[in-house]
Order: sequence, then structure tokens, then C-alpha cells
Amino acid sequence: MIHEITTTPAQKDGVLIQINHLTKVYQLGEVDVHALRGVSINVSRGEFVAIMGASGSGKSTFMNILGCLDKPTKGDYFLEGIDVSRLTRDELAAIRNLKIGFVFQGFNLLSRTSALENVELPLFYCSISNKLRKSRAIAAIERVGLGDRIHHYPNQLSGGQQQRVAIARALVNDPSIILADEPTGNLDSRTSVEVMGIFQELNNNGITVILVTHEPDIAQFAKRHIVFRDGKIKSDKFNPNPRIASEVLKELPMIDEEEEAA
Amino acid sequence: MKTLNILLSAFRALQRNKMRSFLTMLGIIIGVGAVIAMLAIGQGAEFSVKQQIAALGTNVLMVYPGAQQQAGVRTAAGSAVTLTEDDALAISRECPAVRYLSPGSGAGGQVIAGNLNWSTGIQGVGNDYLEIRQWPIEYGEFFTDQDVKAAAKVCVLGRTVADNLFPETSAVEQTVRIRNVPFKVVGVLTKKGQNANGQDQDDLILAPYSTVIRRLTHWPNLRSILISANSLAEMTTAQKQVTEVLRMRHKIQPYDADDFTVRNQTDLAATATATTEILTILLASIASVSLLVGGIGIMNIMLVSVTERTREIGIRMSIGARSRDILTQFLIEALVLSLLGGITGIILGTVGSSVISSIAKWPTIITPFSVFLSFGFSIAIGIFFGFYPARKAAMLNPIDALRYE
Ligand SMILES: Nc1ncnc2c1ncn2[C@@H]1O[C@H](COP(=O)(O)OP(=O)(O)O)[C@@H](O)[C@H]1O
Ligand SMILES: [Mg+2]
Repeated sequence: MIHEITTTPAQKDGVLIQINHLTKVYQLGEVDVHALRGVSINVSRGEFVAIMGASGSGKSTFMNILGCLDKPTKGDYFLEGIDVSRLTRDELAAIRNLKIGFVFQGFNLLSRTSALENVELPLFYCSISNKLRKSRAIAAIERVGLGDRIHHYPNQLSGGQQQRVAIARALVNDPSIILADEPTGNLDSRTSVEVMGIFQELNNNGITVILVTHEPDIAQFAKRHIVFRDGKIKSDKFNPNPRIASEVLKELPMIDEEEEAA
Repeated sequence: MKTLNILLSAFRALQRNKMRSFLTMLGIIIGVGAVIAMLAIGQGAEFSVKQQIAALGTNVLMVYPGAQQQAGVRTAAGSAVTLTEDDALAISRECPAVRYLSPGSGAGGQVIAGNLNWSTGIQGVGNDYLEIRQWPIEYGEFFTDQDVKAAAKVCVLGRTVADNLFPETSAVEQTVRIRNVPFKVVGVLTKKGQNANGQDQDDLILAPYSTVIRRLTHWPNLRSILISANSLAEMTTAQKQVTEVLRMRHKIQPYDADDFTVRNQTDLAATATATTEILTILLASIASVSLLVGGIGIMNIMLVSVTERTREIGIRMSIGARSRDILTQFLIEALVLSLLGGITGIILGTVGSSVISSIAKWPTIITPFSVFLSFGFSIAIGIFFGFYPARKAAMLNPIDALRYE
């Protein structure tokens, strides 16, 4: 479905994302807002990146461009060697469908639609049999530990459970990368750690994860820290000792699930 | 996305907003129902007019006293607005194109036989009446020319009258008293049934016009003269000859208007059919306006729905929906709405017209044409009015749709 349109000569094996001098300018009436002022990074397969920075530093703008939801004003973006800026609307839709799983701060689930149906949704937009679609959706929900809630509606689930449904939806089509913009922003600390546990587990299984957070605690679970400031990268460091979510959870006091959901 | 899946999710989306979906459909339901019912009424009218005219016979002329009716009002034509027995005799003598002729007079009244009574219309007619109307006798026979000349007190009963006055016995050879005058029953007519307006055509008594004039109305003038021409081809000739004879007898000056009216059934038929056709078109166009209003209702709701569901559109796009997926989704929703509305409207219109039929005793006809017309119309409305909102949704930028508050 996706043709390898342009491959950079510089592409090395294992480089998933290659970004050069990315800028984004929003026009607000007369005023130009420079949200990104030249960002260049490479991300390889299997990385777990946390993007940090003050509010308004351009993190969301950057993630939206990574997720092919928005287009940069200038600069190159190669995803698996494909020059994204040359793709048509439909080709971008196919990239979002097959290669990228996006997790939002506000979950963005369809209301009055069951957990299972929400997770099935991406599979409706690619050719797959009804039977296979259902079994893959169920497998994805079970992977995030919600196998017993597949017929619940979002309003019958706690925030943490809703975010897990959203993660299941993001990974149902076996994407090469999961992008998460402040996925724990609306969650309490224990649930946040649980969600980070899921990301760590996915990452251990080979999926590249890039997430935005402004909480240093959360960033500690990632293997690489990138800090944004005024639309630029201020620092880019590897985290030598990431925290392990499953171990942290053991030390946190248990909260009754039912109480949390109420 | 597969067609079945799209259909299912369209039904789901409409189900989530039952009230709104129903109100939207209501416009289409009323529109389609109105079109069906109006067409049924109009076509029923057309049918009944045609049937009535066919029942009268095609080569029949009717002569009435008084000038041509204009805009429903007979224009006054002096004092001598009369049609007499002598006029009738002159026509049958002097008009070669006239084959049969029956002078007509009439009275209403109570008819008594033994201890039973029945109130009906008594028509005074000539001996040729049944030939003109092509109405056979069932029992007995019709009265003779002799009876007419002698003003004999004989009569022939319509089936309804015979059944009501003589439920047990044969009516022939019995005596009935009409306004206290005894008449001998010589025959009973065959059953004609109801006419298209639901009137019982068998509820009448025929007697010689001379007898009716002398014994019942006591007034010498005729109410009408029923004439049949030799053939359909000689209708115009017959009409001319009748007009000439009557103008001469009534001493009408060359530039003065007739003081009588000759009506040709075929002209009448054409006018009446044209009128009912106009009625049908008029009713249908009024109904189409409500269909159009229903369509605008759909567009309205779809636009609101697109705005309200902008975030949903954004979510769908963020997980891989293409523009055409969004377009089909909204288009199918609009189509499902208008189709469901259309089908319900057809059912409602059909039920409605049969209710009108039985309450107003007005024949209604639902043709496949009117069903297909309104069905096609509702599909067209769904596509036409659904397309704009659907396109609007499909052209959104994913991030703009997601950010929409
Ligand atoms: N749609 C938009 N229109 C105009 N300005 C915007 C828009 N989105 C973001 N911005 C501006 O761009 C800058 C970066 O925003 P954002 O990427 O959301 O920052 P962060 O996610 O790091 O808080 C901010 O100054 C913000 O006001
Ligand atoms: Mg942000």
C-alpha cells in the first residue's frame, strides 16, 4: 500500500525517524507563532524516548508532525526512509493506520462505543476479514490487561482503563512506533506507573515508543531524554538507569480497582 | 471499509441519537406520505371521472333547458326557458343523425308496496331510455311506446327498490303506490351497482315521462332530453341538427344565444379528465414542497452532526480513515435516514389514502409509479442534501478536527 518513495542516501539500518531542521509557524491573524525553530533528531528502532520541556515549548506540535496529523512549515521528515512531505492525504492516512499508533492525553475514545469496538476501529480502515479483526482486537485488549472489560463503554471505565483501551487501539495494527502525548497527564500516580509499565513492556517487545511528559518521575522510565525549549532541542541524553515500572508498582500501596473506577 | 460494516455503523450512529434521527426522518416521512396520498387521491378522481363517463355511453347527447352554464351559473335567458314534449317530438322527427331519444322528467317520493315503503327517485323517461343507457331488463319487460303515449300507470324498478319493497316475492305484476298513485310493476332492471362516487345506481324507478308529468309533477316541461346519435362519427352532426331544430322552434334570432344547452359526453369527458389531471399535478407539487423541506431538514441535521462530531472525525482520521471513508460514512448515514423515512412515508401514505378512501368515500389509487417516484425522490434527497455536509467533514485536516472544541 505504501510505496517506498524516497529513501535518503544517509539512511542507516535501524534508523526509524530522521528529522532535519524542522520548523513550524502558526499564523494567528497578524502574528506568526514560531512553535518549532529548527529541530533535528534521529530515532532508531527499539528506542524509548521521553520528550520534556516547559508548557508551550513545542512538544505537542512536534508529536503531531511525527504522527502525520500535521505538516511542518519547513524541514524534512523521513519515516522508515519515506519522505513524508511528499505523500498524498490518502497515503498519510495509510501511514497513520499501519505504521503509527497515537495515544493522546485525553484518551480520544469514541463515546457510546464499547472498548472492543474502539480497539477494532483502525482495522476497519484496512482490508482485513471480520473474524481476524475481532480476534486481533481482543488480543490487543488482553495485552493491556483489560480482557474482562471488552464490552464496557468509556464512561464505565476509569481514566487508567480508558488510556489502556487507547493504547490497545494504538497497537492493534502492529505499528512500528507508538507516539504518546502526555499519556499520564490525566492519571493519578499509581495508574501512571501502570500505564508506563505497559509502554515498557511494549518497548521490550521491540516497539519504538516516543512519549511527551512534563513529570520527571515519568520520564525516568524512558531510555532517552530530549528536552525542548522555545521550539528547539535544549538537551538530548541517554538515561543509563531507567526505572522499571513493575518494580516500582510493588512498592506503591494497592488501590482497589472498583473504588478507582467509581 | 466494507459496505456492510459501513451500513452497520451508520445504523449505530443514528441509533445513538434516536430522537434527532426520528425528527429528521419525520420531514421525509411526511413529505413522501403526502406525495403518495395526494397522488392516490388525484389518480382516484381521474379514474372515477373516466368510469362515470364510460357508464354514460360515448355517443350520448344531453339537452337541458337554459343557456350554457358559465362559471357554474346559468345565465338568465328570458322567460321562455323551456323544453317541451313537442320539442322532443320535433327532434326525433327532424334530425336524421339522432337514433334514440328519451324525454326526461322526474320526481322524488315515497313508494309504498303492501306495508313496506321506500323513498327514492322516480325518473320519467321515454321508451328508448334503456337503449341509450344500454341497460338490460332482468325480470319482466320494459314499458311500451303504447304505454308512453297513453300515459299508462306502469313502472320498472331498480334492483335496490325491488329488493326493498318485495324482499320475498317477485316484483313483476305487483302494484306500488307512488305519491298515492298506483303503478303496475312491469319489470325489474339488472343490477348496476355503485357508481364511482359510491352512489347506488339501482335506487330508482323508471316510469313513462308522460305519466310522471300528468300524475306526479303536474308540470308540462321536460327536465332534459337524452339522445344517442347514430354513431360516434355522427355526434357532431347530431348536435348541429338538434341545435338548429331547437333554435327554430324557440324562434331565436341569428345572433342571440341558445336558450338551451346541448352537452356532448366526450367533451365533458375531456374537460373533466383534464381538470382532474391538473388536480393531481397540483396536489403532487404541494406535496413535493414538503418533501423538499424534509430534505433541507436532513441537510440541517447532517451539518449539525458534522460539527458536533468533528472530534470523532478527527479521531477516525488519526487512526487511518481516509477522506473517502469519512465521506461515505456521512453519505450513508444521510441515505439511511432518507430511505428509512421514505419507506415509512410510503407505508403511511398508503394507509392514509385507504383511510381517506373509506371515510370520504373517495376512490384512491396507488400506482407503482407514485411509489417509485417518491422512493427515488427520497434517495435523491439523501444523496443531494447529504453530500455537502459529508464533503465538509471529509475535507477537514486531521489535527484541526482533533483540536475542535
Ligand atoms: N493551532 C495553533 N495555532 C496557533 N498557535 C499554536 C497552535 N498550537 C500551538 N500553538 C502555539 O505553539 C506553541 C507550542 O505549542 P505546543 O506545541 O502545544 O506546546 P507544548 O505541547 O510543549 O505545551 C505555543 O506557543 C502555542 O501557543
Ligand atoms: Mg502539549
